[in-house]
Amino acid sequence: MSRRTIICLFLVLVMLLSLGTIAVSAQAGLTYTIKLGDNLWTLANKYLGSGTAWPAIMATTNQKNIEDPTFAYITNADLIHPGWKLAIPSAEEAEAFLATYDPGKPEMLFGARAKGQLVVGSWWTAGGEAEGLAGMFRIYKEKYPDVEIVNATVAGGAGSVFKGILKTRLIGGDPPDTFQLHAGLEVEGYSPEQYLQPLDDLYAAEGLEEVFPADLLTLLKYKDHYWGVPVNIHRSNVLWYNKTLFDQAGVTPPTSFDEFFAVCDALKAKGIAPYIMGTSGGWEGPHVFEDVLAGTCGAETYRGLWTGQVPWTDACVATALENFKKMVSFANADHPALDWAAAAQYIVDGKGAMFIMGDWTDGYFTSKAFTDYGWTSPPGTKGIFVALSDSFALTAQAPNMENSRNWLAVCGSLEGQEAFNPQKGSICARTDCDPQLFNAYLQSAMQDWAKDAIVPSVMHGAAAFESWVSDFKDAMALFITTGDVAGTQAVLQQACVDAGICQ
Amino acid sequence: MRHIHWERIVSILLLSPSVIAVAIFVYGFIGFTGFASLTKWNQLVPNFTLVGLDNYRSLFANPRFQIDLRNTVVFTLLFLILCLAIGFLLAVLLDQRIRGEGIFRSIYLFPMAISFIVTGVVWRWLLNPGTVEGGSTGVNLLFENLGLGFLKWGWFTDPNVLYIRPESGIGQLLQRIGLQMFTRPTFGISVAIISVVLAATWQMSGYTMALYLAGLRSIPDELREAARVDGASEFQVLQHIIVPLLRPITLSAVIILGHISLKIYDLVVAMTGPGIGFSTDVPAYFMWETTFEGNRFARGASIATILLVMVAVLIVPYLVSSTRQEAEI
Repeated sequence: MSRRTIICLFLVLVMLLSLGTIAVSAQAGLTYTIKLGDNLWTLANKYLGSGTAWPAIMATTNQKNIEDPTFAYITNADLIHPGWKLAIPSAEEAEAFLATYDPGKPEMLFGARAKGQLVVGSWWTAGGEAEGLAGMFRIYKEKYPDVEIVNATVAGGAGSVFKGILKTRLIGGDPPDTFQLHAGLEVEGYSPEQYLQPLDDLYAAEGLEEVFPADLLTLLKYKDHYWGVPVNIHRSNVLWYNKTLFDQAGVTPPTSFDEFFAVCDALKAKGIAPYIMGTSGGWEGPHVFEDVLAGTCGAETYRGLWTGQVPWTDACVATALENFKKMVSFANADHPALDWAAAAQYIVDGKGAMFIMGDWTDGYFTSKAFTDYGWTSPPGTKGIFVALSDSFALTAQAPNMENSRNWLAVCGSLEGQEAFNPQKGSICARTDCDPQLFNAYLQSAMQDWAKDAIVPSVMHGAAAFESWVSDFKDAMALFITTGDVAGTQAVLQQACVDAGICQ
Repeated sequence: MRHIHWERIVSILLLSPSVIAVAIFVYGFIGFTGFASLTKWNQLVPNFTLVGLDNYRSLFANPRFQIDLRNTVVFTLLFLILCLAIGFLLAVLLDQRIRGEGIFRSIYLFPMAISFIVTGVVWRWLLNPGTVEGGSTGVNLLFENLGLGFLKWGWFTDPNVLYIRPESGIGQLLQRIGLQMFTRPTFGISVAIISVVLAATWQMSGYTMALYLAGLRSIPDELREAARVDGASEFQVLQHIIVPLLRPITLSAVIILGHISLKIYDLVVAMTGPGIGFSTDVPAYFMWETTFEGNRFARGASIATILLVMVAVLIVPYLVSSTRQEAEI
């Protein structure tokens, strides 16, 4: 093997080198003006060595025509006119084209109209979310037919899988052009000064400050800049209930915690599971707690907890923890085995009466053709709208900057939002969407959005930094089993201190 | 001489790509992870200011990580004991030259061909306890229909932790001799993790069986015959001949199963998630969450390093001894 192997390796090396030399010496393409009596076959024969290479001339010319209309646009290979300007490819270009050319795909002869790409990252992979996204893609396509949209979605874990991949791509300098991001302090987790582009000029050019509500604009500003264009608003605090089961037990929707627990007792006495939870994802329990916190402390104090004006040692946090503990005691025993959708299914199947979850539950019920449900705000949160919003951000190293800015303009536009939101099951971030496009629940949410006190959701990225949310989530996940009010309150206070918000 | 010289160069040339790749992509990145765990990199933008062992300190003070370590130890011990016991038992039974041995062997070995993700999903359904009002599901329903209703329990949804209560007799004894730390739930057994152990055992005990079966077949019949001629009972043959001769097999099985269980992640993700009160959480899961949800890259790197050290403690002595044996041969 010894010497022969070496010789073989050497020969391979020489071969590779000589190939490279040939490629360098390849002759460049030229332009040619048609004279009377020419046809593509003879031209191909003359310049490319074979008449069968004519499709390469046609394709190259048509491709050139897209950028430079002085070149001819050949629709029929048998019909060319004297004076037309043709682009003759080099022999290698022609060879490369013919190697991939498929006579069954005549569109290859007319040049690729794509002017670059647009890579959109999101975790919307299924159901109404994906349909809503496709709706926005359609509008973008109508305006910019030349751009190829790459839908870089990643499924799983309410976005947690997507975020992991996205962060690796950002650090590695290979980001998508634009990606989905919760409006609010979640943006801090992406170190926006380093990885994102401020969108203040886009807001000015599109007049977005006039069409989004002031509360939302405050939420969107981080370090005095806008970093994302919101496409929708979701409500975190909704209590869903099964109407038939409520009728059976003769109860009405509760408004305070006392009423809530009384309703639970009444339902339980009838043998109905009063309150359904699903906590297998880890975030669902803390999600309910944020609504309990807002309901117990009120909008002002709730906001203060996240801005450092109210310490977590405040008495209302203890009361909220007690309330939450009591709610969990009424919950179904198998809640650790269910995610939110499986828990919502208990309401659909009439196996449980009440369920607290964001308003994407409405979309779930609709998809199951279930109509026997009512909704109200969870205890104590009447007049409070715990809000979250999905937005799209622009990465600093976006490979297709112009396409991305056009995309963000579509995201903020009226037609974009009207295409997206009825499908997604959310309301528009803009205030001028047509209510007729939305179903009964969403219309009621639009009314509340206009008049309620708006507070940011924690678990969905609006109220706090990601690292703080992560600590908050862990603390609440432990609290569900330990029920240790004082200890959890201390941990929550410590998390606020670690986040650099509390002293 | 020249001939050998050439051959050397060729072999070095051919090996070097993989050596370089392994050096960079395995050992280089291990080194980088170790380095990152000593830095301040706890936001998205890398920050390589060294902070010493701060990340490790905060990690060991973190209640979730303490629970994770407990779960890892409990899971590894239970998983090893069950796999070895069941695998050995099946191997001994199959070694009786029964009819249809091949079929049984395949049946026991098949679960190994399935990925942990599939196992996790299936066992999640099987062990879903159902609700009090909605009725039982899965295995609980089976128990109920067989009249074994008293066996029903919450499986992986059970939040209880078994530990030595400080107020109990043993607890008070431990406190008296200064070992009160063992009366904390940190040194307990999370009940929920038993379900995960069951699923993992179902998957890997067939593999252990295959290892033991190969070992049993390699024991010459003469040895057993000789023992029997000397008047040993079947049990004594097992105890004094077979088990000692299978010791290398047991060691290999412990190494292989042990490193699987220390790194377990996919089964937990598919089956239970972190579980109620982190009852089924494992370090690898915490590593993912704290890194990519909490942006604490340095803390994630610390967890990775701790995992590596745990696996190394298990594997390195084995590697050293096996290379030594090879050298002797």
